[in-house]
Amino acid sequence: MAGNLILEAGIGSWGRYPQQRHHLHVLWDRSRELPLFGAPALPYGRGRSYGDVCLNDGGVLLSTRGLDRFISLDEERGLLRCEAGLTFEQILDLIVPRGWFLPVTPGTRFATLGGAIANDVHGKNHHRVGSFGHFVRELELLRTDGRRLLCSRQQNPEWLAATIGGLGLTGLVTWAEVELKRIHNPWLLAQTIRFFDVDEFFALSADSERDYEYTVAWIDCAARAARGRGLFMRANHSPALDDLPPAPRRKRLRVPFTPPLALVNRATLMPFNAAYFRFHRAGGTPELVHFDPFFYPLDAVLEWNRLYGPRGFLQYQCVVPLGERAAITELLDRIGQRRSGSFLAVLKTFGDRAADGMLSFPRGGITLALDFPIVGPDTFALMTELDRIVLDAKGAIYPAKDARMPPAMFRAGFPAAERFTQFIDAGLSSSFWRRVTH
Amino acid sequence: MRKIIILGATSAIATATARLLAAEGHELFLAARNAHALQALADDLRTRGARRIETAHFDAAQTGAHAALIESAAAALSGLDTAILAYGSLPEQTSIQDDPERVAADLNANFVSAAALLTQIAARFERQGYGTIVAISSVAGDRGRAVNYVYGSAKAGLTCFLSGLRQRLWSKGIDVITIKPGFVDTPMTATFQKGALWSTPEVVAAAIVRAMASHQTTVYVPGFWRWIMACIRALPERVFVRMRF
Repeated sequence: MAGNLILEAGIGSWGRYPQQRHHLHVLWDRSRELPLFGAPALPYGRGRSYGDVCLNDGGVLLSTRGLDRFISLDEERGLLRCEAGLTFEQILDLIVPRGWFLPVTPGTRFATLGGAIANDVHGKNHHRVGSFGHFVRELELLRTDGRRLLCSRQQNPEWLAATIGGLGLTGLVTWAEVELKRIHNPWLLAQTIRFFDVDEFFALSADSERDYEYTVAWIDCAARAARGRGLFMRANHSPALDDLPPAPRRKRLRVPFTPPLALVNRATLMPFNAAYFRFHRAGGTPELVHFDPFFYPLDAVLEWNRLYGPRGFLQYQCVVPLGERAAITELLDRIGQRRSGSFLAVLKTFGDRAADGMLSFPRGGITLALDFPIVGPDTFALMTELDRIVLDAKGAIYPAKDARMPPAMFRAGFPAAERFTQFIDAGLSSSFWRRVTH
Repeated sequence: MRKIIILGATSAIATATARLLAAEGHELFLAARNAHALQALADDLRTRGARRIETAHFDAAQTGAHAALIESAAAALSGLDTAILAYGSLPEQTSIQDDPERVAADLNANFVSAAALLTQIAARFERQGYGTIVAISSVAGDRGRAVNYVYGSAKAGLTCFLSGLRQRLWSKGIDVITIKPGFVDTPMTATFQKGALWSTPEVVAAAIVRAMASHQTTVYVPGFWRWIMACIRALPERVFVRMRF
């Protein structure tokens, strides 16, 4: 079917669920047309989305690993043009020494530019600037029929809107031009504050949004007594300073193999979370933190997803409108009752800037993200319960993190999906798309 | 700081090597057949901060144009002291082995044109009294196997040619370096099943840059291939002919 490509297991997404088989074809030359295989294909970056938006069971994955060329960097205006297979790490290595930074960054520097566009990723500065798509000035879309579309806010704007957050289904983004952000140095002035319940989080969040470019909170879901306690982090880029500490060495720890059982479970979580809460340096004056540990703390341990064991894990990230705070409390209560806490629970308020993508996830409101090791049908049953709370609050689930939401949930959260279908490339498909539209 | 011509500059290994060399501040003259890919590589290297990048169209099969190409590289960089020969084609053995035309074409592409080019570059370096020649051969040239002996024999020829050239130029202080990669994940091997023995263009590139700096002669990349190939070469022919690998 797919020529002489090999059907490979072991190419997956970050949650390691679902496990599917693919034909892998690496793209090396952006001037070439896409190969035709007689089977649906899907652009694939580094597999850093969690569920199945980057998977295409039984079909072809077009790996963008070989599309890693820079095209130009306008150092006056801060405009970077480059191929879509470059990772944020590769981009940062070039731009940070020259005084520029990514306008928006997700929690891993191993995501690709193409993936950031396809999922319209957000970061800790959403309340101030919006999502990644807002900073994409122009891109080239290569369709499987060989057509090339230059997309910007002036030219083919509807194609740009479909491609931002378009989950890779509108065509291959060969290159894009992105607006960068000026920085004085690679450091941030960051402050961590303890809070003891969700109301306190909202007060802190409201207080910080005006004066801090980056805000995010970590919540301890495992604490039985103090539900909703956590750490609130806020930061700004450091001003120009004469005296800077040396950059931290980039650590290369790696989880060497997949343990037979998930090491993330209630027995390990309770003490970990309690210790993290108690011993984290919180309060006091802001301190200088390098951007690497600030934005990418989990990247310090390569392949940390293996800690969730051979069955993988689910991530649940939802957004509910600001007026639906009660839904957040209810979600945390439900998770607490089921005693299936999460290693990483992240809470953040999104700003009101409307996303540019038809299927973009970020929207004004409160977003909560949680990881759950897959222990069996119970894990999925809990997600279904959480869905109901989110649905009642008129919320949505983030496709880039999802491996199980039912079609009705998707339709409710993404009303433009119907309109989006006319922009889908007939030669492309994904496991996610087939799942939520069947 | 070197003045380097890279022949077949858009190959995956050459691209990775060019990035390392440009980052070290060397001046590069990139020659390749595919104009789009060549332009894309030049833009990439310039954006990464390369000091000097020049490009030219180059078709290995047109041996008549080689002399002019080398002249124009030397003119563009005001001198030339390093040549990296990085082009090659890996045909599917079963599709060519019964076709004499294609066998001859493959030997031309991988060996004859390379020998002609190296002859001119060697003459130039010998005349000026300094220079470094790096050529990418392959472990496939260490012993002919049923699955790739056309490609393998071209690389065996190249390895042998480089060996003789090295001996000839040794006393002149001109380095001739043979790079023998094992399996490398590149467009050339897109249809191969990848396994534990596979390496990346970046690993090979790093080995090339190291070999240039430390005046090495023959480099297997990764190094374990030296021992694997020693074992394979040591197999008696009567045993070897019965094996399937």
